[in-house]
Amino acid sequence: MRLLRKFLDSQEKHFQEGRPLARMHPLFEAADTLFYSPDKVTRTAPYVRDGLDLKRMMSVVVVALMPCVFMALYNTGYQANAALMRTGMTPEGWRAEVVNWLGLGFAADSFLSCLVHGTLYFLPIFVVTFAAGGAIEVLFAIVRRHEINEGFFVTGFLIPLIVPPTIPLWQIALGTAFGVLLGKEVFGGTGMNIFNPALVTRVFLFFAYPAEISGDAVWVAVDGYSGPTLMAKAMVDGQNALAQSDWSWWDAFLGFVPGSMGETSTLFCLLGAVLLIVTQVGSWRTMLSLLLGSLLTTLLLNALADKVNNPYFAVPFWWHFVIGGWAFGAVFMATDPVSSAQSEIGKYIYGFLIGVMAILIRVVNPAYPEGMMLAILFMNVFAPVIDHYVVRANIKRRLARNAAII
Amino acid sequence: MPELEHYLSLAVKAVFVENMALAFFLGMCSFLAVSRKVETSVGLGLAVVFVLTITCPLNCLVYNYLLKGGALTWLPVVGPRMAEVDLSFLGFISYIGTIAATVQVVEMVIDRYAPALYGALGVFLPLIAVNCAILGASLFMVERDYRVGESAVFGFGSGLGFALAIVALAAIRERMRYSNVPVGLRGLGITFIITGLMAIGFMAFAGIQL
Repeated sequence: MRLLRKFLDSQEKHFQEGRPLARMHPLFEAADTLFYSPDKVTRTAPYVRDGLDLKRMMSVVVVALMPCVFMALYNTGYQANAALMRTGMTPEGWRAEVVNWLGLGFAADSFLSCLVHGTLYFLPIFVVTFAAGGAIEVLFAIVRRHEINEGFFVTGFLIPLIVPPTIPLWQIALGTAFGVLLGKEVFGGTGMNIFNPALVTRVFLFFAYPAEISGDAVWVAVDGYSGPTLMAKAMVDGQNALAQSDWSWWDAFLGFVPGSMGETSTLFCLLGAVLLIVTQVGSWRTMLSLLLGSLLTTLLLNALADKVNNPYFAVPFWWHFVIGGWAFGAVFMATDPVSSAQSEIGKYIYGFLIGVMAILIRVVNPAYPEGMMLAILFMNVFAPVIDHYVVRANIKRRLARNAAII
Repeated sequence: MPELEHYLSLAVKAVFVENMALAFFLGMCSFLAVSRKVETSVGLGLAVVFVLTITCPLNCLVYNYLLKGGALTWLPVVGPRMAEVDLSFLGFISYIGTIAATVQVVEMVIDRYAPALYGALGVFLPLIAVNCAILGASLFMVERDYRVGESAVFGFGSGLGFALAIVALAAIRERMRYSNVPVGLRGLGITFIITGLMAIGFMAFAGIQL
């Protein structure tokens, strides 16, 4: 390690002001702080209270995402292999050649085959996300002379997890560029954005190229295979469809259902949630109130189910919590410390309304089977208003208290 | 009960699904210009709600009893001969007239009872008269054939939707004080981008049938 420190120290002079590589300083800084905590010391207030800086905080989120990443790798392959076995189709394309070359075959019960097959779908999307987003991040860091922010690290992990495995790579590149550029960089970079960049990416893709990110044909990585997700089934025939589908509630809870790559497993999202809450990186207030909001809305809709000609109304809450992106959104998207409400009371309101909106969009809006993404984006719009009025109320309360004393 | 339900769904639709600012992009001039501070935008939002709630049913009356083809038959004496008369080509100018008169009244009321708000709204209060959201609501009302009660609810809902959107934008812009926007985009540029992203957020409601 000392050798590395010496090397970095010896190289730093090339990046100082006035030297030819001065513009590239963000790149040096990024490499340096990847290995060592920065030695900068705060000289003026406010002082930092503990050693958790942005880079460590973001790494916690990435670690919390790891179970979901694993599930994305395995389940993508598992769904593809299972579909191949059901239909008797033979896979084509370079991925099939790689799997055959490794001699793994396409058995759905072979853990290794599923993992490798899934990885071959996940990895290209992952690489393209980081290449496109990273390029923009670095470009802005150099031109605008800010540091390369680790915020993109998390965004780059989130984006591949919330898209279907069959999405064309050029769309991923375009969407990521849109999200990073207009969702984050035009506001000044990590910590200054209003909307969650990963969500902006997904929403952009959803509205710009609906054929590749919605419908029945995109969720299983087999060419020409088409099958509805649990969400689509619930939309058509509500609870009956869910009860009669090929997948049980436990399948949906554990994540062995088709869907966007990393969002299927509620269990693994819960594991991530535990880590986020224990380390206090994610807000338990947002998650809890989101849960309550969804729960109450579902109960209300269930009570109305007899009067309405829409079978989705009767779907019970334990299904709502395991299908679609509800768990993933609640744990990793709604708790984004930048785009969510920032006051403690505001977080309760913010989370609660996301929970209400998500279920309402799912059930009431026939245009979209899933509502989590749009619910969070919608509440991103109103998070600053919530904060504003929470702060106002607090000022008023304290003024009143002091007036009483005087 | 079904009557109440009908009005409620009409209001919800006007506030969220067919938001004046973020679904139709009407009233953009004041939307972009008076959204720097939350307090001011709340004031403008309330003024828009007030004006819309009054002008929409007023224009509904004007249309149904003066302008529509055969509307003048209620007149005594000359009535029967008016069945052929269709004055709807005077629509625009009549609606604007109603709106301008209402805005005058609102302006005087605010000047008298809330001078601080009057100062903050500045030129935009008289400009409500030419706010396209206000005229737009009246034109939608004619196009969709709303009755008087319906048009009042629709006007109120549209105004509320506009107020909601402008307050949200103002809060976002207040928080943007901590952002480091590229110099070329500061001010209106970034506001356009935010408006676009907000509109995407409001697309959550697109397609809801009420």
